Amino acid sequence: MKSKGRGWTFPVLLFFVWGFQLGRSLQTERISGSAGDVLEDDPVGRLKVFVYELPSKYNKKILQKDPRCLAHMFAAEIFMHRFLLSSPVRTLNPEEADWFYTPVYTTCDLTPNGLPLPFKSPRMMRSAIQLISSNWPYWNRTEGADHFFVVPHDFGACFHYQEERAIERGILPLLQRATLVQTFGQRNHVCLKEGSITIPPYAPPQKMQAHLIPPDTPRSIFVYFRGLFYDVGNDPEGGYYARGARASVWENFKDNPLFDHSTEHPTTYYEDMQRAVFCLCPLGWAPWSPRLVEGVIFGCIPVIIADDIVLPFADAIPWEEIGVFVAEKDVPKLDTILTSTPPEVILRKQRLLANPSMKQAMLFPQPAQPGDAFHQVLNGLARKLPRDKSVYLKPGQKVLNWTGGPVGDLKPW
Amino acid sequence: MKLSALQNNRRSNSFRGVSPLDSSVDGSIKSPAAIFWLVLHGLCCLISLVLGFRFSRLVFLLLFSSTTTTPPTNLFSTANSFTETLSLHTSSPPNLNLTPLISQNGVVTSSGVVVGRHGILIRPWPHPNPSEVMKAHRIIERVQEEQRIQFGIKNPRTIIVVTPTYVRTFQTLHLTGVMHSLMLVPYDLVWIVVEAGGKTSETASILAKSGLRSIIHIGFNQRMPSSWGERRTTENQMRLRALRVVREQKLDGILMFADDSNMHSMELFDEIQKVNYIGALSVGILVHSGKSDELSSVIVIQKKDEVVGEENPSMPIQGPACNSSGQLIGWHTFNSLPYERKSAIYIDDRAPVLPSKLEWSGFVLNARLLWKDAEDRPEWVKDLDAVDRNSEGFESPLSLLKDTSVVEPLGSCGRKVMLWWLRVEARADSKFPSGWIIDPPLEMTVPAKRTPWPDAPPELPPDVKVVNVEEHAEKRPTRTRSSRSKHRSKRKREARVAADVSAKHSVEN
Repeated sequence: MKSKGRGWTFPVLLFFVWGFQLGRSLQTERISGSAGDVLEDDPVGRLKVFVYELPSKYNKKILQKDPRCLAHMFAAEIFMHRFLLSSPVRTLNPEEADWFYTPVYTTCDLTPNGLPLPFKSPRMMRSAIQLISSNWPYWNRTEGADHFFVVPHDFGACFHYQEERAIERGILPLLQRATLVQTFGQRNHVCLKEGSITIPPYAPPQKMQAHLIPPDTPRSIFVYFRGLFYDVGNDPEGGYYARGARASVWENFKDNPLFDHSTEHPTTYYEDMQRAVFCLCPLGWAPWSPRLVEGVIFGCIPVIIADDIVLPFADAIPWEEIGVFVAEKDVPKLDTILTSTPPEVILRKQRLLANPSMKQAMLFPQPAQPGDAFHQVLNGLARKLPRDKSVYLKPGQKVLNWTGGPVGDLKPW
Repeated sequence: MKLSALQNNRRSNSFRGVSPLDSSVDGSIKSPAAIFWLVLHGLCCLISLVLGFRFSRLVFLLLFSSTTTTPPTNLFSTANSFTETLSLHTSSPPNLNLTPLISQNGVVTSSGVVVGRHGILIRPWPHPNPSEVMKAHRIIERVQEEQRIQFGIKNPRTIIVVTPTYVRTFQTLHLTGVMHSLMLVPYDLVWIVVEAGGKTSETASILAKSGLRSIIHIGFNQRMPSSWGERRTTENQMRLRALRVVREQKLDGILMFADDSNMHSMELFDEIQKVNYIGALSVGILVHSGKSDELSSVIVIQKKDEVVGEENPSMPIQGPACNSSGQLIGWHTFNSLPYERKSAIYIDDRAPVLPSKLEWSGFVLNARLLWKDAEDRPEWVKDLDAVDRNSEGFESPLSLLKDTSVVEPLGSCGRKVMLWWLRVEARADSKFPSGWIIDPPLEMTVPAKRTPWPDAPPELPPDVKVVNVEEHAEKRPTRTRSSRSKHRSKRKREARVAADVSAKHSVEN
């Protein structure tokens, strides 16, 4: 009798275990693949970061001159600095540091409208690098290969808002070997260097939390978008702005009842996104936009219309499974593409978006929380370790061209 | 310097990029070459105005670009495309040869994305496709269903609705209101309609329009009395009759009482799913009085009555009262003191109709409480037969309980009002056409004149069956208005009949 009992208890036990797991997965209704685990990695203990002490003219004084820098979409550079100053990964001993961070706020020179002017940024960066290379030996040791910089501007370290000009300038020559943490990402583009970490643009977390509506509010808008279709001030005919994609969306779907799109910015913008199934995230002057972050936070499936774009934390987040990618040439067929998505696919994407670690990874909360964008950046930096010994230059070996780039950049700042 | 100044004003001006033309204009102004350039520039501007887009810059780019890798035939093709497509929007993208620009910079980009001007792609028929719109609606429905599954009520129970009714003028009005509310309920529904005076086809025809699957239509062999007090008793007996049906047929679910004159909100049906055994809701009491000034005087009296121990009269609500920890401690009832001598007794009274102490519609029951031999029935519930035999009868579902403290307050402890009580009935002698169908059509004589001037006497054609409805919308001098009202008062049954009613010859069975 004993052997008989043992014979069937084991399969029964297996069945119950499987049943419990199945029940649990049905209840959570969320699918976290391998990406979910990577998002929850803890960088503490995996790397050490040394923060250079730069004179306040590079950071604090600039911020004092214009505190709007704390609220615009390029505020990540400031908050990254603040996070690193009080983070457990910070070390005060540069000898044991794996990474070196230079706190220079290059995107804080704002016009009266609030848009950053990048004309002095190359000189500012160059001046900062000259400072750290002359006061500490760590820059010259590797010519910046173990240094990282946060450059959240339109085209990253190309420091220009016009794409043609940015391509002409290219990435600042002094940053050739450093790791860049930037919002811009486009494949095969001059301004995205290999090994860069793409981060989401800054979106104010408290403001978004304040506009949450109950999750059982039925989603009744099919496609939602608020923003410019034609940039009348700079490109009145269309064709330059967004490579004509936004204008194409307007011209093709302006009378389509499924598309709730206009240039008016309503006060219920965040609430409306929570009532929409799809949110358009087309490119503008640059391919990235804060709409991606807002879509992820509010559970609206992002429809990304930007060819060859590299999305934030692309090595950790499976964007193909979360968003819908539409090629710019396919914009006239956008309604067909979206309506022919099978409902199961849509529900799966919504479940993935509902994953709290996904939402957390897009935010820069103060104070920092586990799994947020700061930690994802550190995770990305930690994944590059350990380094190849060839990174360390032999004494006297010089790789960087200190006099490269436009003449105007060489002027002291 | 000037170039950089131009660049600095990027956000405000519309001049993008640098062309060789600029640098040459920057130079000497007075030389004939400069004048020639100016003239050419002006000419190009005029041509651009005609064409509708700026072509001069592109032509110069092609002609004067230092590393022109495009063969001259390309120039012709682009020129052709310019002349062919005069409108701004082109249906095929003329990716206008800006590869020279990039190779000029010595940068090799192997991506498919090209910097510069692109055409705006518009499909030939840029309008919505109805089948796609339908697909999108189905997607939205599926998404909402999923939302309901995830965040809404899990395992919703059937709702059993008990409605006492009888045939009268306002029956269609009230019953249709309740019916429409019930048609929107997303849960399974059983509707028990008890009709005083026996089952009639009038009521049956109204119920048939609902499309609800389970309707139990019961006849009650007593006519509705004409005094409000007796009506309440009869209605209680009708409800009891419905409870018996629930007991006999062992219907399972949540029992609620929807009087046909009440108004229900959709959230009510979600809220009652939370009940365990017996729950109480807040009912908003709308007291209608015949004269408006009487009502306002009543309200003034009510506001002064702060001392009254019952509910503050400015918020006439009947429902559960809770303490700060959410437990039931008592009941708010309707303060009828201000109405003491002014409440209606008979149907025809013009005074306000007041609710009873606790209306049935404010309670919801678990249907199993009524079953004969349910095993898990709690001991504080009396059996239905025992209560029925008791001569005082049923005043409210609380009579079923030995201990009223077990009632669960719903709607965030009565703070949320999701249904409203109102008794509005027509006069007892009001005659209405059966089924609200006018047959045979009315005959009216109406002056069909068109001029508003009172001088011309109205011509009365002998028998005008049709009334011009639009004429009523125009302003009329008082004389014709009074003449028409005289007509109105002469007729008891009066209705504005449109021309096509005469075509209806439906006979009420």
